[in-house]
Amino acid sequence: MSKEIKMIRPYGDTLNDGKIQLSFTLPIPCNALGEEAAKKFASKMGIHDPAVVHSSSLSNDFSYYVVYGTSSQQIDINDVTVVEVESKAMHKEEVEAFIEENFKEPIVIIGASTGTDAHTVGIDAIMNMKGYAGHYGLERYKGIKAINLGGQIENEVLLEKALEYKADVILISQTVTQKDIHIQNLTSFIELLEAEHQRDKFIVIIGGARINHGLAKELGYDAGFGPKKYAFDVASFAVTLMKQKNIKTK
Amino acid sequence: MSKLNLNKNIIQECRMDARVIATDIQSFIDLYTTVSVERSVLRLLGVDGVNDFNVPMVNVVVDHIQSKGNLAKGVSHYMSYAMYDLMKTPQEIAELVSKKKLDLSVYKDKERSPYLELLTPHFEKVLCRIEEMTKTRNDWLKKVEHKSTPSKYVIVATGNIYEDIKQAVSAAKKGADIIAVIRSTGQSLLDFVPFGATTEGFGGTFATQENFRLMRKALDEVSLEENRYIKLVNYASGLCMPEIVAMGAIERLDMMLNDSLYGIIFRDINMKRTLIDQYFSRVLSSYAEIIINTGEDNYLTTSDAFDHAHTVLASQFINEQFAKKALMDESLMGLGHAYEIDPNMENSFLYELAQAEMAREIFPNHPLKYMPPTKHMTGDIFKGTVQNALFNIAAVTSKQSIHLLGMMTEAIHTPFISDRALALDNAAYIEKAFKNFGDEISYKPDGIIMYRAHQVLTHAHALLSEIKQEGLFKTLEKGTFAGISRHENSGKGLSGVYLKDSSYQNPIMQHMIMRLKVKNHV
Repeated sequence: MSKEIKMIRPYGDTLNDGKIQLSFTLPIPCNALGEEAAKKFASKMGIHDPAVVHSSSLSNDFSYYVVYGTSSQQIDINDVTVVEVESKAMHKEEVEAFIEENFKEPIVIIGASTGTDAHTVGIDAIMNMKGYAGHYGLERYKGIKAINLGGQIENEVLLEKALEYKADVILISQTVTQKDIHIQNLTSFIELLEAEHQRDKFIVIIGGARINHGLAKELGYDAGFGPKKYAFDVASFAVTLMKQKNIKTK
Repeated sequence: MSKLNLNKNIIQECRMDARVIATDIQSFIDLYTTVSVERSVLRLLGVDGVNDFNVPMVNVVVDHIQSKGNLAKGVSHYMSYAMYDLMKTPQEIAELVSKKKLDLSVYKDKERSPYLELLTPHFEKVLCRIEEMTKTRNDWLKKVEHKSTPSKYVIVATGNIYEDIKQAVSAAKKGADIIAVIRSTGQSLLDFVPFGATTEGFGGTFATQENFRLMRKALDEVSLEENRYIKLVNYASGLCMPEIVAMGAIERLDMMLNDSLYGIIFRDINMKRTLIDQYFSRVLSSYAEIIINTGEDNYLTTSDAFDHAHTVLASQFINEQFAKKALMDESLMGLGHAYEIDPNMENSFLYELAQAEMAREIFPNHPLKYMPPTKHMTGDIFKGTVQNALFNIAAVTSKQSIHLLGMMTEAIHTPFISDRALALDNAAYIEKAFKNFGDEISYKPDGIIMYRAHQVLTHAHALLSEIKQEGLFKTLEKGTFAGISRHENSGKGLSGVYLKDSSYQNPIMQHMIMRLKVKNHV
């Protein structure tokens, strides 16, 4: 059964006008040549009629451009798939009731911002009492023992602490990344778990501004949560999967 | 002129309580030294370079004394005896130790060294260079125009010093007054300072003396072109805090991040180690006229900025008193605070302005360091620009001194060259548009802003009197700051702390303290 083809393009003020905005820096001085170079670059990206609406000098060697134009590309929305966390998100109280009903002892969740990442805002938002944007963190959940190790935790230390605290769930946050170091770091944690034959022992979840569920699955994690996901999303997923896997269940 | 009508008696009591807290700790600090303090002494005696395994000479010597001798006597003890016996310079002695041709432990049981004057010409040479650097800076500052609005501070963090230079030069050309090179994130926990120019770091660039020199040179060039003096900042924190100040003083860094509590709370560095190290660091900063930046903003990235605003003020009072113990002039105390209240909160701007005006009023002579929104920045860069604009308005209105500009891509990546340029444009526009706004407005008596400032001060006062009762170590154990608990005898770097032997001597420290006392008419 084939679905009806539905082609789409970006929308400015008329359907299918394909209007988009770009901004970027070029490693050349800001002058007429620079503007032409910016236009040519946009054209090569598949943008028709690029207009350099703003340009400014960043130094003798760098210049900045804002470009508007029309994209010649279109996509069939039927070709787009999303890998999403399948468990249904429950509210904090529902998660607590679910734990009470299904598990014989508290669930231990350990979390850290790992590698060189010193930013703890992400892991704090999920784990700390206060939570984020009005959603309480895991520390406040009945039936959950939450341990937040903070920032710049080495993968080896995280595993060691997870074993020490007999954790059921490991949360890893990666907030600010540079040159995709987060991918390398996340990959090496899974490799470490596998090398130590510990992968099956834990539910491992990652989160961060540039994380999504698809990436998490690809890297060998159980789930990934990006922006606008809160403690209850993470908790719902963790308890649902633990029940499925019969970990600590009554 | 008081805009907030704060209770002067309460402010005075806060200062007195903070002084008691600092005095209590200072009596402890005076009894101890650390491996990093001793390595700094060696650096100030002119010991430099690395051995064949890239271990800094200062580490070679201190490790040698630690393992074979007794570091509690201080490196000056061993050095002065060896110099007397061998008629060699400190650098030559370090090299002999490195080649295992000299064992300093033969002086382990010797009495208090009578040969300290042999060290004098060596440290005077280095201190002379530091004084020249201070003079160069002061000459620059006299020559260029001094503006009344906040100094724009931006960070570079590519990991590669040569790439950092391109970004720093661009920022300077776009109006930045201060450039901070963020360190590679692992560095605070290294118990040595890497050597030479570096091109690989994550989330930042290694702080090395050569990197300092390269960046200072580039900024001097752009300062000449722009006819403004561009200040350079690095991080005197972590396990090598005092050594980094020594290197920074030699290479004319103008500011250093140097908090008395940050390493303890956020890097789990042992509290004794940090407090002893910060004292030496601050004496040296005072001597070299380096502005310190304290890190109170960090509390608010972990704790809620509205509920815990008073912990920031309490910490500012404590940092101020620790700096005074190090004979630091108020003009060098860049006390930190931040714009971190949840933007979804009604009247958040009013509360931010209250905090910023309050800090300005309580610390009138201090170059306050004001940090931008970070916790509530999202991938919405357009909203982020507005958040930063509000922060900039608060900074200019309340006349902050060191204005660390927010990046619209704060939650995404270390700044691109264009992110920084846009932030500078944003700040420059507001600087111009709001130039005298703060002079024109007064706040409504018993209005939201005045009430909030009064409330934060009252809470800080209560907290300080509690800390005074319990002592700082106990307070840190309780997790009062940022909700993180630390213990007196845990954390990194504890094994590098030594109770001074009765024969311990540190002539460089003494010399600096004496000079500072003369200068400050103490």
